[in-house]
Amino acid sequence: MQFAVIVFPGSNCDHDCYHAVKDVLKQPVRFVWHKETSLGDAEVVILPGGFSYGDYLRAGAISRFSPIMRAVTAHAREGRPLLGICNGFQCLTESGLLPGALKRNESLRFVCDDVWLKCETSRTPFTCGIEPEEILKMTIAHGEGNYFCDSETLATLEENDQIVFRYVNAEGDVNPKSNPNGSMENIAGICNLQGNVVGLMPHPERSCDSLLGGEDGLRMFMSVVRKVVSS
Amino acid sequence: MPKALVYVTFKAGVLDPQGEAVRGALSSLGFKGVNDVRVGKFIEIELEDTDDILADLERMCQDLLANPVIEDYRIEMADESANGKRR
Repeated sequence: MQFAVIVFPGSNCDHDCYHAVKDVLKQPVRFVWHKETSLGDAEVVILPGGFSYGDYLRAGAISRFSPIMRAVTAHAREGRPLLGICNGFQCLTESGLLPGALKRNESLRFVCDDVWLKCETSRTPFTCGIEPEEILKMTIAHGEGNYFCDSETLATLEENDQIVFRYVNAEGDVNPKSNPNGSMENIAGICNLQGNVVGLMPHPERSCDSLLGGEDGLRMFMSVVRKVVSS
Repeated sequence: MPKALVYVTFKAGVLDPQGEAVRGALSSLGFKGVNDVRVGKFIEIELEDTDDILADLERMCQDLLANPVIEDYRIEMADESANGKRR
């Protein structure tokens, strides 16, 4: 199953994603430079973390005008799996493929830490192998991960089962102490209405090897392989 | 050449942590009665004079300069007659 990792000027988790897919998941993957216009035969597309265009203006604001984003948008509209990690999530909200926005962390500090996440839905291709309420450990590293949307949008997200992950403590409690960045309702990741487009601030690609502190992120990649193979 | 001044700030009701930090710093400097501080962006744009200039600026703000989910914007035209000549 072919994966594509989009590379913007300033992406810096592209190689982590590539490694996770190629060496750990053992699936074919290639980099797609942002100036390209086609995704080829890619079945799964990943927008990686980093600082595309140096976060100029707002994180993710400029990358959405890259030529490849037209093909990425078409891929999403066709209902195929698209994952935005960290800066990739910011790019998805800026481009309107996911609702809401990611503001500066409430603490104004860049946060680099391991966090606990509660999976809220198994209906996305990236969480179909994870049970709702399951607790996973992943890494975060961001300065602008403070999820915000208006109250109407928040109600829609809840109603349509579009909240994918929340920050929790090790016991699975959603509370302000387990919220690393001030996100509304401890939201760490969401999906679009259809469920095929998922964005999250934590880094599943950095949690694919026990040597690096955990393998929980691999569950997301294994989920999408299972989903695409079975469909 | 006309120059536009674009101000981008967080919408009312959207918490501005940076503004909050500056407010706290002003208080600790001894300035009493600073109730609210909003930190935003200021963008200067020089552009060709056309009939659509305001409509174009409006679209620039909507599509790129501001994120309408969290930000408001205000467009002003710089005074072109300052010092009796165009700047």
